[in-house]
Amino acid sequence: MKLNGKARLPQNKIINDINTDYVISGRYKFKIQDPNELAKHVMEDLDPEFYSRLQKGDFLVAGRNFGCGSSREQAPMAIKYANISAVLAKSFARIFYRNCFNLGLPAIEVDTDQINEGDELEVDLDNGVIRNKTKNTELKIAPLPKTMQILLADGGLVEHFKKYGGFKV
Amino acid sequence: MGKTIAEKILSSHSGRDAKAGDIVIADLDFMIGQDGTSGVAIDSFRKMNAKKVFDPKKIAIIIDHSSPSPNEGVSAIHKKIREFSKEQGISLYDIGCGVCHQITPEQGHVVPGDLAIGADSHTCTYGAINVFSTGIGSTDLAAGMISGKLWFKAPETLKVVFKGNFPKGVYSKDLILNFIGKIGADGATYLALEFYGDVIKAMSVDARMTISNMAIECGAKVGIMEADEKTLAYEKLHATRKPNPVSADKDAVYKEVIEIDITKLEPQIAKPHTVDNVSPISQVLGTPIQQAYIGTCTNGRLEDFQIAAKMLKGKKVHKDCRLIIAPASKEIMLDMINDGTYQTLIEAGAVGVTPGCGPCVGTHNGVPSDGENVISSANRNFKGRMGNPNAFIYLASPATVAASMLEGKIADPRKYL
Repeated sequence: MKLNGKARLPQNKIINDINTDYVISGRYKFKIQDPNELAKHVMEDLDPEFYSRLQKGDFLVAGRNFGCGSSREQAPMAIKYANISAVLAKSFARIFYRNCFNLGLPAIEVDTDQINEGDELEVDLDNGVIRNKTKNTELKIAPLPKTMQILLADGGLVEHFKKYGGFKV
Repeated sequence: MGKTIAEKILSSHSGRDAKAGDIVIADLDFMIGQDGTSGVAIDSFRKMNAKKVFDPKKIAIIIDHSSPSPNEGVSAIHKKIREFSKEQGISLYDIGCGVCHQITPEQGHVVPGDLAIGADSHTCTYGAINVFSTGIGSTDLAAGMISGKLWFKAPETLKVVFKGNFPKGVYSKDLILNFIGKIGADGATYLALEFYGDVIKAMSVDARMTISNMAIECGAKVGIMEADEKTLAYEKLHATRKPNPVSADKDAVYKEVIEIDITKLEPQIAKPHTVDNVSPISQVLGTPIQQAYIGTCTNGRLEDFQIAAKMLKGKKVHKDCRLIIAPASKEIMLDMINDGTYQTLIEAGAVGVTPGCGPCVGTHNGVPSDGENVISSANRNFKGRMGNPNAFIYLASPATVAASMLEGKIADPRKYL
């Protein structure tokens, strides 16, 4: 799988501990059921301009412990429906990480310090590398855990269950 | 080689010899959803083409996060939940029953040795009664409702031992805030925590729940304790199923053992805007407060309100402050009414709202204004958490919240005990 897009950093910097309340506020997740509407509020409390900067296929880039806090699946849902193709972070909180793959959204652990807002990236999951075309550099990424590879290949847990009628991980 | 509590429960529920790092598919004893997450779970259930849940007796949905509904969007979600619960014959706890993490143990849905999941991050609360319980997302809940199973990666475990004696004015909330401040918001990511020590043994089951509840705030998968005579007495009162207590082996392998002596601990405060931004109360004394909240799955139990009532009895909440209270369940509210706690707090000027999450999640029941400082007995102080990104939330024990309400600023509870 090869994904191409621009790096999008909330507040134009690498931020640690971005929690799921910041990804999508409780104000919205409780009353909005349409994921396309939720997407318009992605990262709003942290960076009100974030959604307006996005183009289809962009990457959300952050620091350590991305997605900590609430279990709300509306967080990766808002990211996915904002047409972000993957989340790149130094590390992820556990529930958010599972939720991403359950929705077919890749969450990739990588040292993001050398990535800046607007950098053109190619994420090559097959070869375990992120190519920064703006800086002409390469970042190595560890292979995804096998369970996550299976969920991603199936397009998420809903499709996985439709295919197998249960877990086959 | 011996096993931790997490490894033992995952082994017994998967039929495999689960060691840290192994992926297992395990049978679930119970699962819950709440009104913020169950709508999506029901959507996923339908998309998976499922018709029936695997066992309606092992599932409950609790309407607690925005309850009663503050707007038509939430009402539509509540309606979807009510219809699904009726259709599938699963337990529904509707508005006013209380917070999911109080209802689930209080109604005896989980017992020691169980494996439980919940579409809410604070599902780790039941670790206090020796349950491997963890938060998951909505689609994982849908998969659990259909199959009765979920996949888990058996976690490594940090063993945390609390030693010493409780100083005056220091409670289980202060211990866990101090611990999270020390190890950080991702200090236990992907790990299990096991809590031990005479300090834990001396605590009530309710106080233990405060500690397990906040395990997620340092990223942990579970925050589990052994079952003792207090746990079993709790089960006798609340559950009909037989407990199956699980202890770690003497030679269990831990990632690390952390010992903390609490004898000299001061009351603790988590400052805006992260839970691990913790300092002793002496560093924030005098910070003006406009709104306070006592309640939530962290500190909304009877003893929490009794402590506050003891401090506020015959006195008044400071004229520049608002104190909101929400018992964590209807049962707790009735106990508070019966022993006079509720009346004492209302007479002191507190405002009582529906048993449930109250203003913690920012959807209703007291959204602070721009620039306001809030002191709360809840578990999260993220920017915007209570519905306004321009407000500032401090987290503390119910005693510290009550003391601060007497002075209109962050105050030391030890003065009033």
